[in-house]
Amino acid sequence: MENVKKAGWTHRVVVTVLMVYLLLPLLATFLYAFAKEWQATILPERWTLEWFSQLFGDVRFLDALWKSFYLCAISVALSLVVMLPAVFVITVYFPKWESFMKGIVVLPYAVPGVVAAVGLIRAYSQGPINIAGTAYILIGAYFIVILPYMYQGIRNSLLTVSAVDLLHSAELLGATQTRAFINVILPNIWPGIITSTLLSFSVLFGEFVLTNMLVGGHIQTIQVYLYQRLGESGHLASAIAISYFLFILALSMILMKLGQKMNRGIEG
Amino acid sequence: MLLIEDLLLEDGKDMKRRNRWIFAGLIPFAIMIAAFQLAPILSMLTGSVKAEKGAGFTLEYYTRVLTSDYYLKAIKNSLMISVTSSIAGIVIGLLCAYSITRFAPRVRDRLLMLSNMTSNFAGVPLAFAYIILLGSNGVFTLLFKQWGWDVFASFDLYSWTGLILVYIYFQIPLALLLLYPSYYGIREQWKEAASLLGASNWQFWRTVGIPVLMPAVFGTIGILFANAMGAYATAYALVGGNYNLLAIRIGSLVAGNVINEPQLGNVLAVILALTTLLAVYLNHKMTQRNQLFQSGPASVSARKHRKRLRLWAPVVKEEL
Repeated sequence: MENVKKAGWTHRVVVTVLMVYLLLPLLATFLYAFAKEWQATILPERWTLEWFSQLFGDVRFLDALWKSFYLCAISVALSLVVMLPAVFVITVYFPKWESFMKGIVVLPYAVPGVVAAVGLIRAYSQGPINIAGTAYILIGAYFIVILPYMYQGIRNSLLTVSAVDLLHSAELLGATQTRAFINVILPNIWPGIITSTLLSFSVLFGEFVLTNMLVGGHIQTIQVYLYQRLGESGHLASAIAISYFLFILALSMILMKLGQKMNRGIEG
Repeated sequence: MLLIEDLLLEDGKDMKRRNRWIFAGLIPFAIMIAAFQLAPILSMLTGSVKAEKGAGFTLEYYTRVLTSDYYLKAIKNSLMISVTSSIAGIVIGLLCAYSITRFAPRVRDRLLMLSNMTSNFAGVPLAFAYIILLGSNGVFTLLFKQWGWDVFASFDLYSWTGLILVYIYFQIPLALLLLYPSYYGIREQWKEAASLLGASNWQFWRTVGIPVLMPAVFGTIGILFANAMGAYATAYALVGGNYNLLAIRIGSLVAGNVINEPQLGNVLAVILALTTLLAVYLNHKMTQRNQLFQSGPASVSARKHRKRLRLWAPVVKEEL
């Protein structure tokens, strides 16, 4: 199927309809964010930057943005610190446990956010560890959400650089285990890890269910803020949605570039 | 490994230190998993069968849920919306993915990039975009009213049809992402061989193409179904607590202000988790099947496409 160059008109029509369908909601939000008013015409009649200036002048928005940012950053950093040694040890010393690890890591996919929230609330709203409604429970929940991405990312990078061989060579040359890990393995797997870190970050940035159910009343992230302002002003909400989307888009672009670079590095 | 073992034998003390170091690396991970993954699931399970007073075991909450018309309706609605949107997603996904494979590689990559980009647009922002377009004061709603198109007069975004529409929207990019690579499992040589033997295009697809695609299709249905069953943000932002869906009911039972019956929430959560686990298990089985078809050097191109996509997708749920 690789040698098809010219697509027939049926395929062109199908793909055009698909793209219009997929991009229309995005486009509408985009236009709405810049429209002064927009009623009963195909395109808005007057344009404005008012909504964006209002948005970026709003302390609550900047506060929510900052909260989202640092909660995601802390969770991803924690995940890195915990997952790096764990995945390294499993991959290098206990390859037999890998299927078990895969089972653990796949669970967050199979357990929807709303179910996880139910369990977390029950486990931590009474008893010795009462952290319901705090940032701690959210960070713990976030850790689980990004588990699959971090595990896959770290494991794949370890395998692509043949970490086991590298480690043996380093040890033969007289490096201690810790030294070998820090000076030899880490610099080699770094690009792959940055990719999964960014991916995890963008996933967490869009998280709503857990955030709203676990700490919605106490901590406002960007998604919770967006939800709360939905009812107030449509234009303002579009401005939030578009700012959020552009941020995620930029992140994905960086991700893709990194990915291409890595692929090239591996292949040639 | 032999070398390491030799080194270990030479120095017993070193081995002890090494082992301690190795296990120390696993401890934080084990603690986090136990605290935030296993403990909540266990707590939910015990919560669903524990009597409110005392420490007795009871199935009271299960019987209450399974005899309540209200909760049964929520389960039924969720199943209906998930099945409908998954099937619609898979049909549209199959057709569009095939069309995409017919384009030149450059165009193909662009198209997939755009489709994946829209998969970031989910949850609250997506619901909002649909409100702008088709809500009661939406741009299209007003336009159609002005033009006097009565066909759309009865359309209500905040109802079953509206929800289905939005659910299908977020299913399509995921379906495309998961189905697209499997077309590359069908080799051009098979097509040539079939036509040399006198098979028509339709015969080829019926006897070779579609059977080869089947595991991927069922596996993808599993993922789409689980995706729709667990979807909360979109429905919550669109209809609030007004539409009777399983995920919405769980949310309001556990964290809502009006009625607060966490035990029933636990039971509903267990039911929801069972359906999604089953769906993801189906996907797992089907991926294993798929590998049977796609083993050997032929799968290189399929794998390459899959790999390229994986870098892009925030929601790649396959093959784990």
